[in-house]
Amino acid sequence: MASSAAASPASGEPPILPALLLLRTSDASLAAALRQRFRVLDSFASGQPIPAFLAAAAAATDPPRAAVVVAGGVVRVDAAFLDAVPSLRCVVNTGTGVDHVDLHECARRGVAVANSGTVYSVDVADHAVGMLIDLLRRVSAAERFVRRGLWPVQGDYPLGSKLGGKRVGIIGLGSIGSLIAKRLQAFGCVIYYNSRRPKDSVSYKYFPNVLDLASESDVLIVACALNKETRHIINKDVLESLGKDGIIINIGRGANIDEPELIKALKEGRIAGAGLDVFENEPKVPAELQSMNNVVLTPHIAVFTWESKSDMCDNTIANLQAFFSGKPLLTPVLP
Amino acid sequence: MASSAAATASGEPPAILFFRRPGAPFNAALRQRFRVLDFLASGEPLPVFLAAAAAAAPDPPRAAVVMGGGAARVDAAFLDALPSLRCLVSTAAGVDHIDLAECARRGVVVANSGTVYSADVADHAVGLLIDVLRCVSAAERFVRRGLWPLQGDFPLGSKLAGRRVGIIGLGNIGSLIAKRLEAFGCIIHYNSRRQKGSVSYKYFPNVHDLASESDVLVVACALNKETQHIVNKDVLEALGKEGIIINISRGANIDEGELVRALNEGRIAGAGLDVFENEPAVPAELLSMNNVVLTPHSAVFTLESRSDLCDQMIGNLEAFLSGKPLLTPVLP
Repeated sequence: MASSAAASPASGEPPILPALLLLRTSDASLAAALRQRFRVLDSFASGQPIPAFLAAAAAATDPPRAAVVVAGGVVRVDAAFLDAVPSLRCVVNTGTGVDHVDLHECARRGVAVANSGTVYSVDVADHAVGMLIDLLRRVSAAERFVRRGLWPVQGDYPLGSKLGGKRVGIIGLGSIGSLIAKRLQAFGCVIYYNSRRPKDSVSYKYFPNVLDLASESDVLIVACALNKETRHIINKDVLESLGKDGIIINIGRGANIDEPELIKALKEGRIAGAGLDVFENEPKVPAELQSMNNVVLTPHIAVFTWESKSDMCDNTIANLQAFFSGKPLLTPVLP
Repeated sequence: MASSAAATASGEPPAILFFRRPGAPFNAALRQRFRVLDFLASGEPLPVFLAAAAAAAPDPPRAAVVMGGGAARVDAAFLDALPSLRCLVSTAAGVDHIDLAECARRGVVVANSGTVYSADVADHAVGLLIDVLRCVSAAERFVRRGLWPLQGDFPLGSKLAGRRVGIIGLGNIGSLIAKRLEAFGCIIHYNSRRQKGSVSYKYFPNVHDLASESDVLVVACALNKETQHIVNKDVLEALGKEGIIINISRGANIDEGELVRALNEGRIAGAGLDVFENEPAVPAELLSMNNVVLTPHSAVFTLESRSDLCDQMIGNLEAFLSGKPLLTPVLP
C-alpha cells in the first residue's frame, strides 16, 4: 500500500514518507517492508548507541512521530526514552508483551501504544501444547535416547504419562490461554484457570488465586502477561502446592517464575517436570536445567513461525498506517 | 479378581502361554490368576518350548498372550505344535504377527488391545507433528548444546493451522488424531478402505491422491498385505518437498529406504517416526537429520494405558476361559 497518509509533495517530487524509528532488530525483511512505506531510522543499521541514535532522530527536520519497537531486552521505552524524542506519539511493539514499555509514562504523555494483538496467539498455544505432550510423553528425551544409539542396547524407553484426564491449570485466560484450553480439551484434559476476574463465557472451573489452582492441578501453564502483580507468580509456595507429580509450562516471561526456586524444586524432585520457552536471563539457560531429562527447553521460539512473522509485519504496518491517518490503532494496548 | 470362573478340573489355575518381555507388573498380575508358561523366561527355542507346553501337566494351555515385535510369529507351525490353543490375546492393537487365516481355519479366537492405546497413540502422533513443524526437539538440542547465546535466534518453525493433514486409516486412532488436529485448525483429509458417512472430512480413494492434496501424511492404518509400503516412492513424490510424514503404525507401512532417500535429497520436508522396519535399528542417516523426530516405539507406552492394557488382557482371558465372548475380538 502506498504512503497515502504521507505529507503531500510539491508536484513532480517523490512523496515524503513519514519518519519512523525502528529499534532494534537485525531482521532485514521487517526493515525492508517498513522502508516501502516509511522513512525508517534504523537503530541497528545506524550502529550508534541508543541515546545517540534517539538524539539524532529528535534533532532531524522531520522528527519521528512513531516508533516500531522489537522486544528482546535491549530497548526500554521509559521516561528517558520518551524525553529524548518528544515528537513520539505512537509506539508499535512487534511482540505481545509490553513489559519493556512504561505504560504509565506513555499514558501520562498521551503516547498511544500497540502490540501484536493476537497475531502470535495460535502459534504460542500450539507450542505450549507441544511442550506438554513432549514432557508427558517424553518425546525429546526419547529422541535423545534414540540418537545416542541406546534403543538396541537398553531396550524400551521408560513409560510416559497419559494426557487424557489430566487437570490443567491455566494462569491467565487471555487469547493464548483460551486457545491452549481449547486444544487440550480435544485431548481429554480437564481445564481450570486463574485470571484477574472470572470469565462468564467459559465453563472451566475458576480459581481466585494461583495457590489454590496449583493444589488442584496436575499441570500449570503460565500464559499471563508480565507485570508487577505477576512477577514470580510461580513461587516456592505454588510449586509446593503443585506437588511432586506436577508439571509447569512457561510460555509467558521468564520472570513469571522464580527460576532458582524452580530449579531447586526440580532437583529435589518436589515437582515432576517443566517445559520452558522463556527464562529470567535469556539467552542464558541455567546449567542445572540443561542436564535434566525431565525438562523441555526451547529458546523463546513459541512465537516464531514463518507465517506469524509475516502476520506480525502486516499487523505492525497496519497499526502504523492507522496512526498516520489519524485512525484508532488496530491492536491498542494504550489507550 | 481370582480366576475362580476359570479353574480347571484339577482345581489349579489354567495354564497360559506368555510371549512378552519378562519383568512387567503385567506378568505379576497374570501369575496371580494363571499358571504362566513364559517363553522368554524359559530361554528355550520356540519349538522346544511349545512341545513342552503341549505336554504340560495337569493341562496344556488353552490360551496365549502374545506381544508383537518379533518374540513369536503365531503361524501354522505354531498352532500345529499346540493343538490345545484355542485363544490368542495380542497385547497390541496390531495383529500382524498372527496368521489370522490359519486361526480362522482352526476356529482359534483372537483378541487385541482394542482401544486401550488409541488415545495415547493419537496424542503421540500429534506431539510428533508439533515437534516436526515447530522444531521442539531440534530447539532443545540447540539449547542443550549451549548454542543459544552463541548463535542467537533459532530458525523459524511452521504454523499448524490451515495445514491439510491426510490421515491414512480413519479407525480408532485415526479418528482421535483428526479430532485433536481439528482443534489446532488443521484441515482433515483421509483415505480408508471405504468412505465413512459419519464424518465430514474429505475422502480420497487412494493414498497417492491423498498425498498430492495434503501437507502432512499420517500413517494410522493396520499393517497387512495391502498396506505394506503403502507410503512408497510415488506417494512421497506426490506429497512433495514441503510435505511431512508421521508414522505411528508399523515401520513396514513405509518404504523406509525410499523415505531416507527422499529426506536426504530434500524431496520431502520432514518426518516424525515412532516405528521402523527393523526395530530397534534406526537407519543411521536419520540420526543426524534435524528435520526428523525419532521415538522408540513409545506411542503406546504410558503408565495409565499399560495398566488399562493389563486389565483388558486379563478380562479377555477370563471371558474366554469362562466360555464368554471376547471383550475386544479381532476373530471371529
